[in-house]
Amino acid sequence: MPEHLLSPGHTACAGCAQSLAARLVLDAAGPNTIIVNNTGCLEVFSTAYPDTAWEVPFIHSLFENAAAVASGVEAALRQNGKLSETRVISQAGDGGTADIGLQALSGMWERGHDILSICYDNEAYMNTGIQRSGLTPTYTSTSTSPASKSSTGNPRPKKNVVEIAVAHGIPYVATASAGFPLDLQKKVKKAMAIRGPKFLHVHVPCPLGWRHEPDQTYQIARLAVETGLFPMIEFENGKISGRYLIAKLKPVEDYLKPQGRFRHLFKPGAEAALKEIQEIANRNIERYGLVKTAT
Amino acid sequence: MRIKLTAEPGSARNNKTGSWRVERRPQFLQKNCSACRMCILVCPEGIVSGKEKNSFKTDYLYCKGCGLCAAVCPKKDIEMVPEETESKK
Repeated sequence: MPEHLLSPGHTACAGCAQSLAARLVLDAAGPNTIIVNNTGCLEVFSTAYPDTAWEVPFIHSLFENAAAVASGVEAALRQNGKLSETRVISQAGDGGTADIGLQALSGMWERGHDILSICYDNEAYMNTGIQRSGLTPTYTSTSTSPASKSSTGNPRPKKNVVEIAVAHGIPYVATASAGFPLDLQKKVKKAMAIRGPKFLHVHVPCPLGWRHEPDQTYQIARLAVETGLFPMIEFENGKISGRYLIAKLKPVEDYLKPQGRFRHLFKPGAEAALKEIQEIANRNIERYGLVKTAT
Repeated sequence: MRIKLTAEPGSARNNKTGSWRVERRPQFLQKNCSACRMCILVCPEGIVSGKEKNSFKTDYLYCKGCGLCAAVCPKKDIEMVPEETESKK
């Protein structure tokens, strides 16, 4: 058996956090896994015809239907009595999860299939040219929400897809980050041990779309968590059961500044927008209890 | 026209992405390594290998030169060097 279940030779950009997160996830899940993938960066860079980087069975059908195909795969395994040894992962990017694939995903959760669904969230449609998605954060400059004299970028908030998943009443929902590799693998193992629908939301920086240096991927992923902009939390049976407590809270500027997609926020006149982003972080911290309060 | 719809597992290895590297490549100094395995964990290509201290190396056939391994090394034991530098290891 190869050391990793996602082989080199895939065509992800240098420093891509999605490729490293996908490898960590699959290595934790193990070889008895069937992957069903929505269209997206991950599918495109890992399966450039006629090759595949996957060492496990992998199916791609359409942008919106990985959850429906995965439901069928799981039903077949169940019918043949093989679900105890072979597990199913349905995975997608942020567009495939929160926008285009949400209907199929909601159906899969609601029907109670024994599947782990994973969202690799790089916060825009990177593969097709950095168009904004429902998970693009407020005031991000993308190709369809460009910052200009009359715009500070994407005017809409990031959709809370984690709580949408929790609202389905599924047994396990968690967020993780490429900046915390061991935590990510621990959550995958925990999810795989639970029967029923599971959802894992993984934050993955994209050097191309976020416009940072490839070697900053890891640091930027950590800063998103340490500023409170990406809360690392776990829900079990609808209740929050785990959270990453931020030891030293950092201002959102530390996270925003290295990224070209937020460059316009550091020009004169953008102070109000910056303040609003800090308020988003503050609300996350309060909502999920991300900072240890003095007792 | 008939085309094959399936592919051999891991056949992306046919695609030697090392040619993407243009400026810098990581050099594993193998001096102060504490075998923390961070470089293995964060390599987006999954090509860093090693077990014992000071035994870690990457596979230049596939390394895209992103520099993540050097950026996360807590011992600063991985250095990004210009591509044309003579390799010691």
